Amino acid sequence: METDQCTLYYKSKTVNSALSRTEWIQLKEVLSFHDWKLVTLALPKSCHLSSHQITVSSSHICRLYDRFHALDKDDKGSLNRSDFQNISELAVNPLGDRIINAFFPDGMDLIDFNSFVRILARFRPVDQNPKKEPNAPEPINSRVNKLKFAFQLYDQDKDGKISKSELLQVLRMMVGVQVTEEQLESITDRTIQEADLDGDDAISFEEFKKSLDKVDIEHKMSIRFLR
Amino acid sequence: MHSPVLLQIVVLVTSTSFALWTADFPGSDASVISQILEPVGIAVESSQSSAPPLHRQYGVDTGNIASAAARAPVNDITDPIVSSRSPPGDQHRETEPVSFEIVKWNWEHAQRPFLIAVWIMVASLAKILFHLSSKVTTVVPESCLLILLGLGLGGIVLAATNRTEYQLHPKMFFLFLLPPIVLDSGYFMPSRLFFDNIGAILMYAVVGTLWNSSATGLALWGIKQAGLMDKKVDAGLMDFLLFGSLISAVDPVAVLAVFEKVHVNETLFIIVFGESLLNDAVTVVLYKVFNTFVEMGSDKVRAVDYVKGVASFFVVSLGGTVVGLVFAFILALTTRFTKRVRIIEPLFVFLLVYLSYLTAEIASLSSILAMTFCGLCCKKYVEANISQKSRTTVKYTMKTMASIAETIIFMFLGISAVDTSMWTWDSALVLFTLVFVFVFRAVGVILQTWVLNHFRLCPLDWIDQVMMSYGGLRGAVAFALVILLDKSKVKAKDYFVATTITVVFFTVMFQGLTIKPLVKWLKVKRSNQQKPTLNEELHERAFDHILAAVEDIAGHHGYHHWRDKWEHFDKKYLSQLLMRKSAYRIKDEIWDVCQKLNIRDAMSFVDQGGHVLSSAKLSLPSLPSRTSFSETSFTNLLRENGSGVCLDLQVIDTVRSIKDKEDTVMHHVLAGNLYKPRKRYQANYSRHFISADEQEWQDREVIQRNMRCRLESFRSTKHSVYQSKGKSRHKKSQKKHRSSDVNGEVPNGKPKRNISWQDTVPVVMTMESEEEEEENSGAEKEDDEGITFVARAADEVLLEGKPSSTLGVCQSPFLLPPSPTCAEKELPWKGDQGDLPACVSSETTKIVPIDLQQAWNQSISSLESLSSPPVSETQQLQRRTVPPTRLEERGAPGALARPPLDPFFQFPERALAAGRSSEEDSAECIQQQELRPLMSPDKQPRPGSSTGSAGARWPVQFNRAAQISLLKNVVTASPYKGSGQTDL
Repeated sequence: METDQCTLYYKSKTVNSALSRTEWIQLKEVLSFHDWKLVTLALPKSCHLSSHQITVSSSHICRLYDRFHALDKDDKGSLNRSDFQNISELAVNPLGDRIINAFFPDGMDLIDFNSFVRILARFRPVDQNPKKEPNAPEPINSRVNKLKFAFQLYDQDKDGKISKSELLQVLRMMVGVQVTEEQLESITDRTIQEADLDGDDAISFEEFKKSLDKVDIEHKMSIRFLR
Repeated sequence: MHSPVLLQIVVLVTSTSFALWTADFPGSDASVISQILEPVGIAVESSQSSAPPLHRQYGVDTGNIASAAARAPVNDITDPIVSSRSPPGDQHRETEPVSFEIVKWNWEHAQRPFLIAVWIMVASLAKILFHLSSKVTTVVPESCLLILLGLGLGGIVLAATNRTEYQLHPKMFFLFLLPPIVLDSGYFMPSRLFFDNIGAILMYAVVGTLWNSSATGLALWGIKQAGLMDKKVDAGLMDFLLFGSLISAVDPVAVLAVFEKVHVNETLFIIVFGESLLNDAVTVVLYKVFNTFVEMGSDKVRAVDYVKGVASFFVVSLGGTVVGLVFAFILALTTRFTKRVRIIEPLFVFLLVYLSYLTAEIASLSSILAMTFCGLCCKKYVEANISQKSRTTVKYTMKTMASIAETIIFMFLGISAVDTSMWTWDSALVLFTLVFVFVFRAVGVILQTWVLNHFRLCPLDWIDQVMMSYGGLRGAVAFALVILLDKSKVKAKDYFVATTITVVFFTVMFQGLTIKPLVKWLKVKRSNQQKPTLNEELHERAFDHILAAVEDIAGHHGYHHWRDKWEHFDKKYLSQLLMRKSAYRIKDEIWDVCQKLNIRDAMSFVDQGGHVLSSAKLSLPSLPSRTSFSETSFTNLLRENGSGVCLDLQVIDTVRSIKDKEDTVMHHVLAGNLYKPRKRYQANYSRHFISADEQEWQDREVIQRNMRCRLESFRSTKHSVYQSKGKSRHKKSQKKHRSSDVNGEVPNGKPKRNISWQDTVPVVMTMESEEEEEENSGAEKEDDEGITFVARAADEVLLEGKPSSTLGVCQSPFLLPPSPTCAEKELPWKGDQGDLPACVSSETTKIVPIDLQQAWNQSISSLESLSSPPVSETQQLQRRTVPPTRLEERGAPGALARPPLDPFFQFPERALAAGRSSEEDSAECIQQQELRPLMSPDKQPRPGSSTGSAGARWPVQFNRAAQISLLKNVVTASPYKGSGQTDL
């Protein structure tokens, strides 16, 4: 029942526009009042998000909202690329721009808070005891989704494959200048040979997944504070 | 107080680490050793007869390890011959010899070192014995067997002599036996894993140990108060707390001995093992505090003393860590300058880390912490600085010493347990201690894990908790500490000793025995013991970047943020300071992994005679058996590759007729097999240098070929399309070049790539290019290799000639076929084709060999003559020189216009050579013949001139003639794999 109340409250607040800071705080108070550790956010603005997909605790949403607001320099209620590019730490991140691009799917130029949270929600740690619901869609922070995020950073032309040149680009970004182009090419060749199972000289998502079978993705692609 | 003396020893006995070890060892009571050796069959009587007051003598210098090790007995020399034979340095009374004796039993002279050596020998033989049967060691941990052996030996001694004077001496343990193990574990600790879990480790180490010791102590005291214990156990609260502090610490030696055979997953292992290392600080402090309290008398303890105890904890732990870090810094810095004294490089590692241990010991800080952190932190820089061979030496020496120390510890534990004089049994105390130790450990683990799981990314599940509780093994540290107790102050010492021995034996034997079945039964996640694949390495790196970026976006300065910062700091300052310039520049982990994989593949390839490839699906189809290897592979490959193949390493298309070609082939087979005969016995008089001689070059070359071949086969099996392309190329070179000129850029999608590159990542690229400039300029300043100007010139041209030059350097591979450029320019009939350098067919440039070559050379070249630059740099320079060359060519076509502008240091000569005919060239290239023994004389000119000076430019050839070298390699591989292996 309480869940419904909250959802109703939330919905009433978000009929038309994004929530203001105070509204989020209020929301948080309601949530904490009911002492919910994790609250299912049924975000009304993006109806395709089902309740299974995104669960972020209330305090985190407030925190993220603050952050969102801080990034949003001119209070337009959404973020554009330059907002991200202004983050100074991101400028020294070799994959920074790729990651920024990942926040803007399908050529959009602006993202609102909901999408912002949704993308960050991928980096939530995986729940230890997932509820066994037969028809539940895969949670957004599942291993596959985490891997997909990484995969799309490589796969720039979105053909579902990491081609050699795409891999080489990423590699070039990630290694220092002291590595020569030949070395890089050989690394790329080897990497593809290693992962490429069907011999098409490219890494498909399945192959990508397979090559990382032994890696603890749930651990390596999760941020603790989103827990 | 012994430490200064030991320091002296360490300085004195620097010549070999083994000498160091043997000199360090004699903390044992030698008289007892001699007794123990009696059953082994060594006559001790003669020594007793020649030096009657032996026991008095050793009673005197038992403590003084240093003098005993180094010098002959001072007092009890009764025989004149002995004294006259003793080293001149000995300052003892000498009596004139009465008469000359031909042979004299001179036992005391070398008694101690002899006994020590024999003792180690026994331990090692025992190890061999245990491993004769693989069944036994898979079921029973070695530590259990060693303890049993010790018990047996001790029992024999006891039965034979009715005396049990021997025990695991605490000083020997802490000063000599423990350090190798701690060093080994600290140095080879997976640092990433360790720091990833540092929170949990610290929690268990500090809180867990505090909880364990206080709870155990209090509970035992409660039992005592309840009257369940024997009245004779004369101990108060403080005594029990003291006992609790020493019995509660998880022991690194025991944990390592048991866990390394179990192979649980890394997280679990690092937590248990890290805890066992880091709890040393807590144990030391608790032990000292309570020991002082006991000695003071518990009624005199005031509140100030408790405060002091707490303060002492921070001082001891942080102080130990700081000592370790300081020594790690010194060590890293020292190894940066060992370029010319490669031979003692490994020694520095051992010395400085050991010094950190001793320093901490002197200052009564936590020595284990100091050593752990020293090893942990210096490794990255040290490994980068020292040569490959030194690395291997360090690794094996460390492992050997740790292994032998562990063996001796467990064996002596067994032996000293036989000594009934020092322990008194009390069933209640023993039983309750066992129960409490186990229960409180479990409770502590569960409580702490519950807290920790609120903060951990990956919560520890209950299986982990069971394993952690069960893995809390007690060991020699507890035993040594309990022996150190002062009987006059701690009245119940004998009881405590008995209990400690029982607990240690129980945990090591019982838990050690059962932990493996338990792991199986609980289905604990095992570790995958494979080395990371390139994919894993690469993607994990990407994940790190992604996480750091996401944390930045989310505004959360979490762990990744700080690690990012640290890595930045490390890269910018620490690595610059602590790493050799060359090492720093070639240091890249991804490249490292690739290199290691390549080397490993190559090694396995060589090992297996070349016909079983490590990756099964890529096996070469044409290599049926080892015996016929050479012929079959040769002919098969010949068939596969078609008729237009020439086996020369350097020349691509000199073969005009089949007969010529076959002649060439045969000739090269011969030439390839006719390396200079391998000299087995080489006199090497220099003690300080291991010279990289001709032979080594040859051996290396063979291995390199195998590596190339191995990787070549990857391509040849997978990309048969390219192979057929290759055929046509060999036949019609000029046509080939034109066609590849046309399609050279298309097939790989390179133009497209460049576009997308600049479109998608403008910001990052500019950032990187700035860094690059910095690094380039830094490189110029630092370079002492003699060809620096090449790089500078290249960079200058680059920066002036092209607006986005730095971008160009790293991004556009079709501008960068460096080595082929050089090679191709040498071919006379191509001299007038301006665009040739860029026309290198893509399939050959993609082939790995260059890098293999480089990988190999990088790893080995550190040991060779230091005036010649590492290959990698040369190659790098080559790479940089190419773009300007090409620019120049565009401006003014024609080969002869290039020389003055080309910055490459050998180029002018070669450019002239390009104008000449090949016959003219042969003369000047004869000098290089000995470096390239496999070349045929008639093919000399071109290869020779393109080869330039020795190995530094090998990449040139390999690139060019990759296809050909494939055959060549396979052919020449088998006869030389033996030598290759020995080199490895």
